[in-house]
Amino acid sequence: MDNAVIADLREKIGRLEGRPASQRAVLPFGVDVIDRHLPGGGLALGALHEVAGGGNGAIDGAAAALFAAGIVARTKGKVLWCVTRQDLFAPAIAQVGLGANRVIYVEAGDERSVLEAFEEGMRYGGLGGIVAEVAKLTMTASRRLQLAAETSGAVGIAIRRWRRQTEAADFGQPTAAVTRWRVSTLPSRPLPVPGVGRGRWQVELIRCRGAEAADFEVEACDGTGRISLFSDLPDRPLSTRSRKRSAVG
Amino acid sequence: MLVTRRGNRREIAALDYAAMSVGLRKGMPVSKAQAMIKSLHVADLDAAGDREAINRLALWALQRFSPLVAADHPDGIVMDIAGADHLHGGEEMVLEKILSQFKAADLLGKAALADTWGQAHALARYHKHPAVLVEPGQGATVIQDLPLTALRLPAAIVTALRGLGFETIKDLTAAPRATLTLRFGPEIGRRIDQALGIVGEPIEPVELPEVIEVARPFGEPIGAADTIARYIAQLVERLVGDLERKGLGAKRVDLLAYRVDNTTTTVRVGTALPIRDTKRLTRLLTDKIETIDPGFGIEQLRLRAVQAEPLDPAQLINSLVDGDDQDVSALIDLLSNRMGQGALYRFAPVASDIPERSFQKVAPLSLETVSEWPSKWPRPTRLLPYPEPIDTMALLPDHPPVWFTWRGVRRRIKAADGPERIFGEWWKTDAEISAVRDYFRVEDEAGERYWIYRAGDGEDPNTGSHKWYLHGVFG
Repeated sequence: MDNAVIADLREKIGRLEGRPASQRAVLPFGVDVIDRHLPGGGLALGALHEVAGGGNGAIDGAAAALFAAGIVARTKGKVLWCVTRQDLFAPAIAQVGLGANRVIYVEAGDERSVLEAFEEGMRYGGLGGIVAEVAKLTMTASRRLQLAAETSGAVGIAIRRWRRQTEAADFGQPTAAVTRWRVSTLPSRPLPVPGVGRGRWQVELIRCRGAEAADFEVEACDGTGRISLFSDLPDRPLSTRSRKRSAVG
Repeated sequence: MLVTRRGNRREIAALDYAAMSVGLRKGMPVSKAQAMIKSLHVADLDAAGDREAINRLALWALQRFSPLVAADHPDGIVMDIAGADHLHGGEEMVLEKILSQFKAADLLGKAALADTWGQAHALARYHKHPAVLVEPGQGATVIQDLPLTALRLPAAIVTALRGLGFETIKDLTAAPRATLTLRFGPEIGRRIDQALGIVGEPIEPVELPEVIEVARPFGEPIGAADTIARYIAQLVERLVGDLERKGLGAKRVDLLAYRVDNTTTTVRVGTALPIRDTKRLTRLLTDKIETIDPGFGIEQLRLRAVQAEPLDPAQLINSLVDGDDQDVSALIDLLSNRMGQGALYRFAPVASDIPERSFQKVAPLSLETVSEWPSKWPRPTRLLPYPEPIDTMALLPDHPPVWFTWRGVRRRIKAADGPERIFGEWWKTDAEISAVRDYFRVEDEAGERYWIYRAGDGEDPNTGSHKWYLHGVFG
C-alpha cells in the first residue's frame, strides 16, 4: 500500500473526528531539537498542555509558571491567568516578555471556580493563551478543556501545583492533555566571577500524543519568552554532557 | 441640632455627634438643651425635605447596589441584595462597599445585613458596631438583646411597655402573646413575626423615572428553566431595541421575576463597558437562571436597564483593522458576573522599590499602562505574601549567607548575587526613615534559587534588626 492511500485515510479519519489533523497550527519553541521531536514541529495550538515543577517546584510552581509564561508570551492577544490565590510576582512575568498589559488575572478562590474560568477562557476564542494553576485535574475535566481548546484554537496550559510533596504523585494519573511536561531547576553553570548564572532547567516531556517521551536541558526563558540550548562556550564543564538524551549531546 | 414641634412642646428631633457628646438626647425639650449649652445651633426639622432626600438616596442605591431598594422612613433605606451580591464579590463586600461609598459622599451611616427587613432595621440602628453581618438563621438570636424601640413599634406602645417593665426584645418574645395582643392590639405580634421571618414583608421598591424597561406578563404562571430562558431572550431583544433607539448601552441590567405568592426574585448583571448586544446580554442573564426560584410560578418578568450610558452605533470589524488584540470584554463580563468584579484584574506597575508595593491591581479593561517595571535585576516568580524568617549564618556587613534554613530544610548556598539595597519610603511612614533591606539572590546546591534579604545594612542597628527573611522563589 503506498503512502498516498494512508494519508488519504488519515485525512478521512481526521475529518470524522472533527479535527483537521493536517492543518493543526503549532507554536515552535525555536529550539531545533525540541521542535523536531514534537509532532507538527512545535507545541500544538488549540490544545491543552500540562506543566508541573519537579522537586520543590511541585509546590511553588515557580519554574513551571515561567515556562508557561514564556510559551503564552509568544502568542498574540490577551492572556488569561487563573489562580486560586495570587502569589505571582508580576515583574518576573514581565521579564520573560509577558507584559503587564497582556495578562488578565482571575483570582477564583477555589479549584472548581478556577476550572470554570479556565474552561470559559478556552471556549472564548479571542485570547492568546490561558494558564490555570490547579492541583487536581480529572479525566473528565481535562477532556472538556481539550474540546473547548479545539473549538477556539487557543493554547491552554494547566500548571499542576500541589500543597504537599506527597500529593504530587497525582501527576501520574492520565488526563486528556496533549502534552505533559515537567520543569525542574538545574544548578547553573559556575561563572568565572562570584555570582549566579542564567537559570537552567531540565525540561522533561513526560507524555506527548504522537511522539515519544524525552528530556532536554535548556537555559531558562529570556526576555522574549524563548528557551535556548546552552551556548557552546569553550569553558563548558564536562558534566553537562553526561546525560544520555540531553539536548546538547 | 434639628428641632420639631410636638403639641406645644419643641423638642430635639435629630442631633450630631458633637451635640450627643455633651449630653443632649433625642426627645429632650429645646429649652432644656439651650439652658445646658449656650452656643447651640438650632434649626427646624424639614420632614418633607428629609423624605425627599431619603427617596433620592434610595434611587442612588438602586443604581449601585441592588435591584430592590425602598426608603425606610424617616431615617433609612432598605435593600434586598439577594440577586446582586455576586456582582460585588459576596455579602461582606457589599456591606463594605455600601459604607465606603456613603462615606465618599460625606454621609455617615450604619449598615446591617440580616435575614429579614426587621432584623436589619434593628441591627443597623441599635447595634454598637457600624457594620453588622448576620449569618443566615442567626438573626433571631442576635436581636434579642436590643431595646424595644428597635422593633418599629409606635412610640405610644413602647412607652406603655416600658412602664410595664419590658426593656429588650427578649422580654417581649418570652411574654405570652395573647395578653399582649389583648392590651396593645396585633401590632406587637406582627412586628415580632416580621423580625423573626415568620411573616414575610415585601419591599415596595422605588422606581427610577424614565428607566428603559420591558415587561412580559403571563396568563399562566411559568416555572421551567427553559421557558424562563426563552422569555428572557425575548425580553432582551426588546430591551436592546429600545436602547438602540435612544443610542444607549446598558451597564447594569435587572431581571425581576414576580411570583404568584407576591414575592420578587431578582437577578442583576453588570458589564464593564456599556453593551447593546442581544447575545451577550442573554448569555449573562441565562447564566444566572439557577438562582431564580420560581416557587409556585412566575406571573411577570421585567427587564430594566438600571444604568445606561451613551453608546455609539457599533462598527463592524473591518478586515483592514489589525485583528491581533481581540475584544475580550464579553469574557470579562461573564466571569466577573460569576465571581465578582474584584476577582478579575491586571497588575500595573507602581514606582516603588519595595517589592510588595511595586504593583497594584487595576480593572481588567482599564487603559493600558505605558510604564513597565525596571528589568535590570531578576525578580522572583513567586513572591511570598509575607517575608518568612530564616536561620542563616552570614558574614557582616555585606556577605550573603553560607547556608540558611527555611521551613525546616537546611540549604547550602553555592552562588549568590547581591546585595541590592532598598531603602524605606520615609514619605509614607516615619518608621521607614532609616529602614534598609539588602536583597540577595542565592542558589543552593540543587539549583533552586531564592530571594532573601537582611533587614538592616549590616552595620547600623537603626536600619533594621539584622534578621534574615526569605521573600520569593525564582523559577
